[in-house]
Amino acid sequence: MSTEGDASLGSGPFSAIFVRDLRVALRHRGELANPLVFFLMVATLVPLGISPESSVLTLLAPGMIWVMALLASLLSTESLFLSDFRDGSLEQLVISPQPLWLLVLAKVLAHWLVTGLPLTLFAPLLGVMLALPAEGFVTLIASLAMGTAALSMIGSVGAALTVAIPRGGLLLSLIVMPLYMPVLIFGATAVQQAVDGFSASGTLAILGALFAFSCMVTPFAAAGALRISLHG
Amino acid sequence: MFQFDSFADFMTMDGHGVYVWVSYLITLVVMVWLLVWPLVASRHTRKAVRRGAARQERFAKPRGSAEEPDG
Amino acid sequence: MASFYQWFHRLGAPKSFYFLTGKWLPWLALATGVLLVAGTVWGLGFAPQDAKQGNSYRIIFIHVPAAFLSLAGYYVMAVAGAIGLIWRMKLSFMVMKAAAPLGAALTFVSLFTGALWGKPTWGTYWVWDARITSMLVLFFLYLGVLALQYAYRSGDAANKASAVLALVGTVNIPIIYKSVDWWYTLHQPATLKLTGASTIHPEMLYPLLVMIAAFYCFYALALILATRAEILHRERRTAWVAELDGG
Repeated sequence: MSTEGDASLGSGPFSAIFVRDLRVALRHRGELANPLVFFLMVATLVPLGISPESSVLTLLAPGMIWVMALLASLLSTESLFLSDFRDGSLEQLVISPQPLWLLVLAKVLAHWLVTGLPLTLFAPLLGVMLALPAEGFVTLIASLAMGTAALSMIGSVGAALTVAIPRGGLLLSLIVMPLYMPVLIFGATAVQQAVDGFSASGTLAILGALFAFSCMVTPFAAAGALRISLHG
Repeated sequence: MFQFDSFADFMTMDGHGVYVWVSYLITLVVMVWLLVWPLVASRHTRKAVRRGAARQERFAKPRGSAEEPDG
Repeated sequence: MASFYQWFHRLGAPKSFYFLTGKWLPWLALATGVLLVAGTVWGLGFAPQDAKQGNSYRIIFIHVPAAFLSLAGYYVMAVAGAIGLIWRMKLSFMVMKAAAPLGAALTFVSLFTGALWGKPTWGTYWVWDARITSMLVLFFLYLGVLALQYAYRSGDAANKASAVLALVGTVNIPIIYKSVDWWYTLHQPATLKLTGASTIHPEMLYPLLVMIAAFYCFYALALILATRAEILHRERRTAWVAELDGG
């Protein structure tokens, strides 16, 4: 693992952490599938619990797919720091001389690539199952791509705050849910606008702004939270 | 001037009485609780401190004075 | 300037805070009581009936102040947390810890009275309009801070973590308000215009102002009482606490 202190992307601590996390995640490919399977199964609950009629599903589809993506993302957030915490490597990261916010950013990006991105790519399948009109698909993917990334960043703060708490998963959900809501609002609305025939670019721009803002703020908040969790 | 013709009127508030009075009542309960629990907790702490101090005196252990408060 | 700094630092010592506030408390309690009684009696009995809502609008005299204070209280909690984090002031963390249940309770009161106001006025206890939904999310933010505080075993870590969470929530509140507001205008049924009262009759405004002042005093009173309780608990092994009852 590189011990250089520079923060350049090509070499150095960012890519070291990024590559390592990806490798570790891909080693447990079975676990990667969990959020996806959850996503799929919850999609089945909707027609079973509400109605199988296409007209009803079409009404619900934009919001429902987004809600389910949010829940699946929430489920996977706990794993962001947990295994590293358990085996002691998180401690190493925190006391290392590298800027902690950069390492957090690397971890979140790797995490998103194996959770949020698959969800985004899977979403059109759910769109088909839930009778999402054709006009909504592109916006669905675009909104979910940015949205799940924002959710990952926001979730990292909650994960950092609760990593040292036993059974902190439920607490994590409680903490992070209010912070997720604006992302949900803009994401689901964008898809709905596209379905209704309007332009969703304004809404997507706001979603992008939320994502950019979360990128600026959350790595530092999460880094601070990690220090608190580990060192009190 | 007083808006109601009688006390009974004041209670029923033209049919909205339940809503108004329950609101005020619940608010009163919450506000009273918010004032009472810290007072009870303070009293509890002071009682515990007194008991601790009394025990200290009784056994007359040669302690130094308790730690100085910092900050 | 130097003396203000000294005063601020002296105030930041839990012991000085305890004795200083001990002197102010009776007056604060008196002011709170007087304002609350005056405002309540005025609002319940002497303010005129509303043309459209009849007497149910009288709930406004507790609903609006509670809502104001629940929002202001969140900022009090967050600022106290920030001061504690930046200047490592123990007392500031104690204030933050006291502000959390207080704010949550007031948010609950706001939601509850709002629901009871909604039923006779608009026929339903709950509506997902912008303000109510934002208030509900504020309640969740408070619950999150409370839950985080109790989950940590170390007191110091609990305070710092809660402060971080409170600050993150602070950033979130305007975003939530704006996004929920925008979302609601997209979905708002055209006929339903819920929170009107843009021009409020002066005879209704004055008792409302009295109640708002009353609630601010109440908030200060409850916050100080809770902080004092926390101070006593934290400093229970010190000499000055032992000497409080002549021990």
